[in-house]
Amino acid sequence: MIVLVTGASGFLGRAVAAELVAGGHEVRTLQRRRSGVAGASDVLGSLTDAATIARAVDGVEGVVHLAAKVSLAGDPAEFRAVNVEGTRALLDAAAAAGVARFVQVSSPSVAHAGAALVGVGAEPASPEQARGDYARTKAEAELLALARDSASMAVVAIRPHLVWGPGDAQLTERIVDRARRGRLPLLNGGTALIDSTYVDNAASGIAAALRRADVAHGRAFVLTNGEPRPVGDLMAGICRAAGVREPRWSIPAGLGRAAGSLVERVWAVRPGADEPPMTRFLAEQLSTAHWFDQRPIREALDWTPTVSLDEGLARLAAACAR
Amino acid sequence: MTEAASRPPTDLPGLDPRWSRIVEVPGRGIDAGTARSWHCLDTAAVLEESRVDIVGTILAVHGNPTWSYLWRHVAAATVRAAEAGAPAWRVVAVDQLDMGWSERTGLHRPLEQRVADLAALTDAIGLDGPVVTLGHDWGGVVSMAWAVDHPDSLVGLMLLNTAIHHPGGVPIPAPLRLAGARGMLAASTVGTTAFLDTTLALASPTLSPDVRAAYRAPYATAARRGGIGGFVADIPADERHESRAELDRIAAGVARLDVPALMLWGPRDPIFSDRYLDDLVDRLPHADVHRFEGASHLVAEDRPVATAIVDWLAERLGEGADAAPAPDARADAPAGSADAFVPIWHGLDARRDDDAVAVIDMATSGGSAPREVTWRQLDDRVRRIAAGLARIGVGRGDRVSLLVPPGPTLTAVLYACLRIGAVVVVADAGLGVRGLTRAVRGAWPDVVIGEVPGLAAARALGWPGLRISARRLPAAAAAALGVSHSLGEVAALGADAPLPAEPAADDEAAILFTSGSTGPAKGVVYRHRQLSALRDVLAEHFAIDEDSGLVTGFAPFALLGPALGTRSATPDMDVSSPRTLTARAVAAAVRASRGSIVFLSPAAILNVVATADALTAADRSDLAGVRTFLSTGAPVSPDLLASARALMPNATPHTPYGMTECLLVTDVTLEGIRAAASQPDAGVCVGLPIGTNRVLVSALDAAGIASGAPSAEPGVLGEIVVSAPHLKQRYDRLALTDRAATRATDALPEADGARWHRTGDVGHLDAEGRLWVEGRLPHVLVTADGPVAPVGAEQDVERVDGVRRAAVVGVGPHGLQQAVAVVETTAGTRRAGLADAAVAADVRASTALPLVAVLAVPSLPTDIRHNSKIDRTRLSAWADRLLAGERVGAP
Repeated sequence: MIVLVTGASGFLGRAVAAELVAGGHEVRTLQRRRSGVAGASDVLGSLTDAATIARAVDGVEGVVHLAAKVSLAGDPAEFRAVNVEGTRALLDAAAAAGVARFVQVSSPSVAHAGAALVGVGAEPASPEQARGDYARTKAEAELLALARDSASMAVVAIRPHLVWGPGDAQLTERIVDRARRGRLPLLNGGTALIDSTYVDNAASGIAAALRRADVAHGRAFVLTNGEPRPVGDLMAGICRAAGVREPRWSIPAGLGRAAGSLVERVWAVRPGADEPPMTRFLAEQLSTAHWFDQRPIREALDWTPTVSLDEGLARLAAACAR
Repeated sequence: MTEAASRPPTDLPGLDPRWSRIVEVPGRGIDAGTARSWHCLDTAAVLEESRVDIVGTILAVHGNPTWSYLWRHVAAATVRAAEAGAPAWRVVAVDQLDMGWSERTGLHRPLEQRVADLAALTDAIGLDGPVVTLGHDWGGVVSMAWAVDHPDSLVGLMLLNTAIHHPGGVPIPAPLRLAGARGMLAASTVGTTAFLDTTLALASPTLSPDVRAAYRAPYATAARRGGIGGFVADIPADERHESRAELDRIAAGVARLDVPALMLWGPRDPIFSDRYLDDLVDRLPHADVHRFEGASHLVAEDRPVATAIVDWLAERLGEGADAAPAPDARADAPAGSADAFVPIWHGLDARRDDDAVAVIDMATSGGSAPREVTWRQLDDRVRRIAAGLARIGVGRGDRVSLLVPPGPTLTAVLYACLRIGAVVVVADAGLGVRGLTRAVRGAWPDVVIGEVPGLAAARALGWPGLRISARRLPAAAAAALGVSHSLGEVAALGADAPLPAEPAADDEAAILFTSGSTGPAKGVVYRHRQLSALRDVLAEHFAIDEDSGLVTGFAPFALLGPALGTRSATPDMDVSSPRTLTARAVAAAVRASRGSIVFLSPAAILNVVATADALTAADRSDLAGVRTFLSTGAPVSPDLLASARALMPNATPHTPYGMTECLLVTDVTLEGIRAAASQPDAGVCVGLPIGTNRVLVSALDAAGIASGAPSAEPGVLGEIVVSAPHLKQRYDRLALTDRAATRATDALPEADGARWHRTGDVGHLDAEGRLWVEGRLPHVLVTADGPVAPVGAEQDVERVDGVRRAAVVGVGPHGLQQAVAVVETTAGTRRAGLADAAVAADVRASTALPLVAVLAVPSLPTDIRHNSKIDRTRLSAWADRLLAGERVGAP
């Protein structure tokens, strides 16, 4: 199958593209920078440019759409342009080009209003309730994509949760970096139970979604390792793998949220180069449970994760030691 | 003043407007010559639409100040059951005149008139077929009158918190006395909504605002509330009341009914208390009774009464049309042959001329010497007390609550009660005052026999029953405690009096209360046949004969010595606190009784081992004569058993498995436990069934429900189901619990003619037929991969260095639960939270069960009685909150 992967220069996008190449597909990528994925051909450009998109989807049978603006802070208009309008343009172009399968890579935050999520499935995306610009625009994008599910184009939405692994600049390195600088607090003792996803499992799950789009279409699925852990244990595990001291100080979650909220407001006035140390969204993520029912995705995609949490940590440690 | 019937608003929660119906009824009595309009709920039309054949009618009558809205769940549940293919029961639920949405007549309607009103209504709608009446509060009385007056139509009777008789000399409940007082009456019941609001506020849990509003809807104005006051004024508080004669007529008629009867009760009702339930049970002894612990007056709102009714109709009235013969719970086909039955007091009779010592009380409070009672003395005392009790009117079937500590007095009273057919009620002081009060009120004894503390509690807490003091009290004290006799007086009365006839094997003998460590204490009913069987199985299995000699440091068995025909000694200890038993006290009791068999509780063993250093050489030599010792009540570790055996080197340690419902199910010795230790099985090995007992397992399904047909297949995890000749007869006034405990056991082959019992424990059988216990059914984790019993993984975790004790509990939604280990560490934990990384890693590696978290706590919550049964339900709720990210303290 000829497959277009958007956002293949990112941590997860690169892994997905590589997985698809390994699976024998002819892989084309679309993003601004080179993907660096062996065996894939890159189309360079932006999702906001119609001509580039048309060129990218030409002759393609399947699309895996990962490109997005992912950040905890930033200009709201930019989130909208990339995450909502970019997705809309890609869907239009794909439908016009006769693409048969479309996997929208989304996020569990599209249905997360801040309360603890305990063993839930993939609730419908809700832009109204989603927290922050990223989650809000991703929620809109998922609704747009699933609305385009039809007999001619099967659309599946996959929401990987907290993807980590070697080479992850988003979550893994941030945790390690903050722990190294002593700026990683545990909220409420780090007891909130959270799901996470080792990167190889995320990639194989997304590839499975493309393979099984004919049966799983029209639905959204949360994808995780299916091994929830207290957030404190998970962060400690990642820190140990990276060879840095694990976080040892805990602050009450309420304080963390209040501080995050304050920092968020200050940041909006004086945006700097780095991200704020603790946003309200992050405080919620780190202090409330979010783990998911993995039966639906495993059944619909006929897929199970192949790398356990412990094995993933061992691979991370090996990568860090190099 | 009159106002015709109307229909209720169509938007009341739970009420289907299609059930509502207005009926014009030719009046009777004071209404003769006129017609009255009634509102009632009638599901006939809806059932006919579903094209089901109606097998009978439930005629439901509400009380004061409610209306037919009370029965909406019954209407819904019966329609639902019919649509699902079960026999269809029509519901006709009336609004009595001047109540609900029926006509406001403005006339005084005493009981006799209301009875005539209902008969007029049922004639007007042509109700004949099989009818089961259903009534609540004063509607219960009207419904019972209908039942008494329509014997040809009646096939059953159902009652919720009501009363038919008011005993003379007992004041009517205070709230009603106040409401009925002149002047208060109009003000509280009609002028304002106070009485209405007070009644609705009794609901427990609280009614939702929309349901409360629905109850209030027909009583919006004082003019519409006239009927509420009329009802309260019609309460026949004394003999001279105009409705008294009609009430007495109904009461007498009810006692002659033999149709199946169901009573569902909320014991927290301040008006229709257990006193009235007890009176109704006396009139309808065959009734199925269930007390919903914690429920109040509006029991139909508080608990799933509708489901209970649908299930009961299916069970007792089957297809409905043909009235089933009354089930007579008191006269089930006797098990075994009648000749085989040897009454429990036979051991006393046999040795009545023997001057050897029968019972020794080693308690030496105040430095007095141990008290010894010979067989002759004991038998004589039992006969005197028995005859004396009979003379003061205590007889067969009367319930006698025993609040006397174990010792010769309790032994004598117990056998005396059994001899005359009185039913002894025994609750462990370990229940605490609240638990004990709940238990005593629930059993509603006719007589309480106790020491001063027990009698004082009975007086202060308003426990029912004639009070007899175990010792002679000064007149003033006796009066203050409401004590009518002392035991000495009773015995004196019985000195030359004849003994009444002996009870039969199938008469009830005892009600023993469960410990309450696994939910509210339940009364367990034993018949004489089952007590005798317990004696026999004990004698047989442990080879007890006349020369054995028993040391009984565990209450239930302390009483069986005389029945077993051998001497018994109670060691010097605070019996309500087994942890006070010392090694020297055991040795002294062994010496005094020349005992070869020692019964101990796990907590007692712990202290006996801890105090072993104080033993003298003579003590040790006496203990060397013990050949058997038993630890019963909760599991103990092989190490502790071995430590105890070091003190009694010639004894075989046994740990039988049992429960209040079946005191001896299986048994295993220390050697047996050690042999089982090499097996890969999860759980605690409790050995093979004793005697003719049978043990099966009802497999758990993917949802964690014990739905499997009970079988002996090895390796299957499920609920443990047992049968034994000494198994309980039933639970007391817990018909729904009985049904649950015997569910799907009808077809099983019985052990020696006995019944089956679902224990609520889970475990499995192995290929050799040994039973392995793996926890309690409510503690089973239901994961995405199916049910998981906690004990196996706990044993794995407890083998980890640094872990002292562990519990495995589930977090998350049912069916998707994740396992969490909660540990006490040997190093100690200051604050509950995530376990140390190294401990967590070792714990995870110790078991095949995936653990999402390992938590450490200062101490695990356990039951007070044994300090060994971990409260996993509470722990699971705690872990759920902690792992959701909430800030919580220790569990």
